[in-house]
Amino acid sequence: MFKILKYSFYDLMRSRWSYVYFAFYLALGFVLLFLNNDINKAIITLLNIIIVLTPLIGTIFGVMYFYNSKEFTELLLAQPIKRSTIFLGQYLGISISLTLSLVLGLGIPFLIYGLFESSAIFDFGLLLVVGSFLNFIFVALAFNVALSNVNKIKGFGYAILMWLFLAVIYDGLFLISLIVFNEYPLDKYSLFATMFNPIDLSRILILLKLDISALLGYTGAVFKKFFGTNFGLFVSLFVMVLWVVFPVWRINRKLRKKDF
Amino acid sequence: MHKISILLITLLFSATSLFAKQIEVCATCEIKTIKEAISLADDGDEIIIKAGIYKEHGVILIDKSVKITGIDFPVIDGENKETILSVRADNFSISGLKIINVGQSYTKDFAGILVSRSNHFTIENNILEEVFFGILIEKSHNGIVRNNTVSGSGMNQAGSGNGVHMWHSSKMKVSNNTVFGLRDGIYFEFVKHSEIFDNISYENLRYGLHFMFSNNNEYHDNIFTNNGAGVAVMFSKFVKMKNNQFIDNWGSASYGLLLKEIYDAEIEDNLFSENTIGISVDGSTRINYKRNTFLRNGWAIKIVGACYENDFSKNNFLHNAIDLSYNSKINTNTFNNNYWSDYTGYDLDKDGVGDVPYRPVKLFSYIVHKTPETIVLLRSLFVDIINFSEKVSPVFTPDNLLDNNPLMQRTDDTN
Repeated sequence: MFKILKYSFYDLMRSRWSYVYFAFYLALGFVLLFLNNDINKAIITLLNIIIVLTPLIGTIFGVMYFYNSKEFTELLLAQPIKRSTIFLGQYLGISISLTLSLVLGLGIPFLIYGLFESSAIFDFGLLLVVGSFLNFIFVALAFNVALSNVNKIKGFGYAILMWLFLAVIYDGLFLISLIVFNEYPLDKYSLFATMFNPIDLSRILILLKLDISALLGYTGAVFKKFFGTNFGLFVSLFVMVLWVVFPVWRINRKLRKKDF
Repeated sequence: MHKISILLITLLFSATSLFAKQIEVCATCEIKTIKEAISLADDGDEIIIKAGIYKEHGVILIDKSVKITGIDFPVIDGENKETILSVRADNFSISGLKIINVGQSYTKDFAGILVSRSNHFTIENNILEEVFFGILIEKSHNGIVRNNTVSGSGMNQAGSGNGVHMWHSSKMKVSNNTVFGLRDGIYFEFVKHSEIFDNISYENLRYGLHFMFSNNNEYHDNIFTNNGAGVAVMFSKFVKMKNNQFIDNWGSASYGLLLKEIYDAEIEDNLFSENTIGISVDGSTRINYKRNTFLRNGWAIKIVGACYENDFSKNNFLHNAIDLSYNSKINTNTFNNNYWSDYTGYDLDKDGVGDVPYRPVKLFSYIVHKTPETIVLLRSLFVDIINFSEKVSPVFTPDNLLDNNPLMQRTDDTN
């Protein structure tokens, strides 16, 4: 598996997209910190970008890589290697290279601007952890979509739709449900609903760490009570892990039956 | 003739100072207790209390214009029994005392210094610690309360009192006091024509400053930080609030300033920084908000209901999660010449005023107002999208609620 992981990783490195992605985050980090020297504020802006962009890039990369390396994959499948090994290797290759681009691209400018002297180091760390999780989650989801669709265009369409659903439409439905069921106690429900969307979950996790919690009023109190504690943090990170594990498990299951 | 009158006056003064005696109180003096000193004192006398610990409470000063001066902060320990010093007199002063351990009660308002029905007095440079009520003044006029430090260690609202509490008084000046760890830092009820300035009030359980039914007052240059619920000004007319700082009142029921049923007030040059709600306004009319700075609050201004003909101009709204929350479709309030950090318009003629009006009420803030739970969607992409669409064509938010001349640069202010 490591050999395949290495191949995919180097393949991505060679294809320059990782560099472009890395350069993008590097530029973003520097520009943000150049515009306002306040690391705390920069983190809030970064939050907005990370929760939208990381999933999108993860999805597109995942789908693109899957379809592009199809021939190579078929060649590998002819060898005496386990299917799961091949795909897990590829999956990890993409996820790790994307995560590296994210962590290094944002880490370097923040380090230069004195992250270690700032109290925001924990928030920044959480932001990177959440960003990395989003990478792993969305690449896995993209692989799922690609495995289920032989047609490239269809696969692409579904993958983008999936991103759109989780990033935008889900929140819209969530908002409508909150307004419609206004009369009922909604705090537990909204806690539950955020768990079902990795983007929402990461957003809330970081928002609460950034002390916006008091804004959230009564609902916020419930959220704060849950997410604010170490227990809540662990539970939400555990849910994030589930969000990685479940799609990966589905990839494996799908592989076993798929006719290449 | 003129010279003679001057001579007479000087004589008169020297005569009174001759008659006025000084009574010293200390452990080794002839007079050992403050009570004894007060019983011996006459009008115009000065009681000098030397350093030491005096375990006294229920000390009462009635109808004697006495000057009580502490030297090196003598400690008057009330041993948690009752009110320590009660005064009903004119032209008296109390300074330099350290008053500690006022009794706590759920039925009586025990205070460090209780002043009632008095005129022309000064209470200054005292330290009051572990008090229930600190300085409680009722039905008094023309008093000065300054340079005092009042603190308590209240754990709950019912079991703690107020730092400087005034009731049915007028023409008072409260200045340079530091008040913390109480229920309300400074409390005014039915107080008129008074001034509160240069005070620092922090970490109080409820309000840093609490105003009820108090007309024609002014408070300026005070700092209110980290109080349970901030500052509340209620049911008052003609109040002026200038140059105050409302900082770090952060909690699910906190705000920098609460206005309820306030008419004809002036709110100018204040700083509201990092509060859950900068100003929460309820039923307040004809208020001028000028040159205030709202920095990184949750809501900068939350208008709850029935607020008419208010004018907001030259304010800075910087990096608040929600600039303005407004609940009705009718608007008679005006916004003009404010600086909004969220403003994305342009200024082609370079006159410092944006060419496109700014809409301070976002659709999201409207939704949050209706359904508070939806705040969990703050900073979601979906919210940005609906805000944008509402900005382009307002449907839900009042379409005349806009700043026609938003500034491109923040207004000059010292904050």
